[in-house]
Amino acid sequence: MSEKLPEIRGADLVVEALRAEGVDTVFAYPGGMAIDLFDALYRQDDIEMILPRHEQGLIFAADGYARTTGKVGVCLVTSGPGATNLVTGIANANYDSVPLVCITGQVPRSLIGNDAFQEVDMVGICRNICKYAIIVRDRKDLGRVLREAFYIARSGKPGPVVVDLPQDIQKEMGSAVYPQEVSIRGYKPNTSAHPGQVKKAMSVLNRAKKPVFLVGGGVHLAGAQKEMQQLAEITGVPVITTIMGKGAIPTDHPLYVGNIGLHGSFAANQAISECDVLFSIGTRFNDRITGKLSEFAKNATIIHVDIDTASISRNIVVDIPIVGDAKAAITLMLDQAKPLELTGWVNDIMMRKKSYPINMNRYEGLTPQQVIQTLDKLTPKSVLVPDVGQNQLWCTQYSTLGPEKRMITSGGLGPMGYSLPAAIGAALAAPDRKVISVSGDGGFQMNLQELATAKALELPILVCIFNNTHLGNVRQMQRFFYGERYSSTCLRYRKSCGRVCQQGGQCPAPDYLPDFLQLAKSYDCPAWRVTKPEEVEPVLTQALAHTGGPALVEFLVDEEEVVMPVVPFGKALNQMMLDY
Amino acid sequence: MNRTDTDMKKRWICLFVENQTGTLARISGLFSGKCYNIDSLTVGETEDPTISRMTITLTSDEKTFEQIKKQLNRSVEVIKVVDYTDLPLQSKELMFVKINHCTAGDKEEAFRIASVFGVRVVDCDKRRVLLECVQTEKKNNTLIGLLQQNFPNRIEVARGGSVAVEAITINDR
Repeated sequence: MSEKLPEIRGADLVVEALRAEGVDTVFAYPGGMAIDLFDALYRQDDIEMILPRHEQGLIFAADGYARTTGKVGVCLVTSGPGATNLVTGIANANYDSVPLVCITGQVPRSLIGNDAFQEVDMVGICRNICKYAIIVRDRKDLGRVLREAFYIARSGKPGPVVVDLPQDIQKEMGSAVYPQEVSIRGYKPNTSAHPGQVKKAMSVLNRAKKPVFLVGGGVHLAGAQKEMQQLAEITGVPVITTIMGKGAIPTDHPLYVGNIGLHGSFAANQAISECDVLFSIGTRFNDRITGKLSEFAKNATIIHVDIDTASISRNIVVDIPIVGDAKAAITLMLDQAKPLELTGWVNDIMMRKKSYPINMNRYEGLTPQQVIQTLDKLTPKSVLVPDVGQNQLWCTQYSTLGPEKRMITSGGLGPMGYSLPAAIGAALAAPDRKVISVSGDGGFQMNLQELATAKALELPILVCIFNNTHLGNVRQMQRFFYGERYSSTCLRYRKSCGRVCQQGGQCPAPDYLPDFLQLAKSYDCPAWRVTKPEEVEPVLTQALAHTGGPALVEFLVDEEEVVMPVVPFGKALNQMMLDY
Repeated sequence: MNRTDTDMKKRWICLFVENQTGTLARISGLFSGKCYNIDSLTVGETEDPTISRMTITLTSDEKTFEQIKKQLNRSVEVIKVVDYTDLPLQSKELMFVKINHCTAGDKEEAFRIASVFGVRVVDCDKRRVLLECVQTEKKNNTLIGLLQQNFPNRIEVARGGSVAVEAITINDR
């Protein structure tokens, strides 16, 4: 008989797995059913543990970290509430294809099914909102399950993987071997694009009179920004992006038109409606970008490159599908790309871009546009992390992006409260860049506890709050489409208000809760309140210079300020409402 | 593209999946989560005990069906998806029908129907007859219709859903 192989505890194998996968940072919040894992991590120095203040903040931080580095973000939480608090973040990562491995503690196997304290069926809860979810049922499977989890999370179309780990397995002795090979017979992601399809697509493109590229988040995920720019420059085809694709080619590039979609630019939406070839790469034609489906690019031959077969011809019927990784596909295309004669077409588009710019010239006072553009000027090398709602749409409309300035934003799920924790993840991932969190007053309050995390980790994040004292995006819809019935969108409301404003009376305008300056102070962060346009630049300059923790700037914004232009419900992209 | 009823039809999928706990929930959850209707689903172990085989029948239009196949294909637990819709098949469904409160004449009628339809009477007593029907889902539907007519509100049906395998020479679905 051979000598008995050394055995280690399950929790120690988890640490081995993290090391082997190159994980240097774990976002972790302890609890009873994860305590063995935390103990194992305590006894090592290779992996840094980040302790946010809420598990939702935790997973958004891991998400921001993963989006910034392209590496797998790792979450480690306890069973029950620790696990369920991750759920929104898991769905968020799933929609935006962010690679995460979420290790959730679970009650010991003997208690599963007993409605034990802090027991939930995490795999059951997550089944439809993640890429893969599995509970470890046997100590001998642990190594393989973790290896597969990392592989599944980062390969193909990336996404979140949940590994539910019962406490007794964390304690149990077993093999110390972490497998290197992975073989999952039902999972063989295809990355290389079919050369025949690429050839077909390029021959259609090369004959086009009015072609456009539509670039989605897939180009960022594949790291194909450079190749994309080359392809555009060789062919001379104008580039339109989705929100997730913005920045794939620099937004000040002469071939860049703007964003497509509900709040896209007039020139971009018009070009999509008129083009004869729509060459789309890495977008799933989400309902926010298509407008009325029957009118979408209706005269165009549609080419669609996507790594996910299920995204092809789901919303839009595609003429030439190419399944594969964006970088692999674009690289093949570059071999067949040639300059096209498109002067008239490109001039038309750029003329419209000039004639119908997106701007906020309606107001004389302080506008979000001014703030975002000043930020661009002051921080050419930075990561911009908008929250969700008007602030996000304004960021997507006005920010100047490119290889030095990235934006990470939640495009699919749209959870308020994303910005601050995601900015923490980004700041940990990119210490050489300024990270800017932009939130509305509503969204900021959904995860403001993470100010403590940012301060504790001494992360010099610039936290901007657009305070319009309302849930602006919903309010805007109520204003345009619901007869100005502002149901539950005023955050100044107090019991004493009654229905005064609804009945046309003067708003008693009680003070806003909380006072963000005082709040920042209690977290030992400097804070400024900006009310006038001329204060924007000097205050931002001061706040950006702050080190040793976050600095907060609150901008008082008019509640009537809206995101324009807009494609009204059910209308085609070329029926944008430009003003009101 | 507008959904039309014109290409609504019965579809068949043969699915090979990992034989693990949770796989069935994952597959059925995929259908329910995306509001796809299943007509029937059967599952059982194959000659390889690590693999289960499912036969799923559903009624849908072409576009939805394409999407369903793609969604199944991208599931980690799914090893292979085979579209059986237009292939020659042998398919059978096991169905039990119990006929209650029979008179002597009713019983005679039940036995007669059984012999005409080629189904077995596997149990009976003075007032009840139990039929075991191993036929195509379609024939079972017809039989239920007939029994419903002859013995209104007196039949109890337990059916297992279609099991299908690609035919060698004879198509029977």
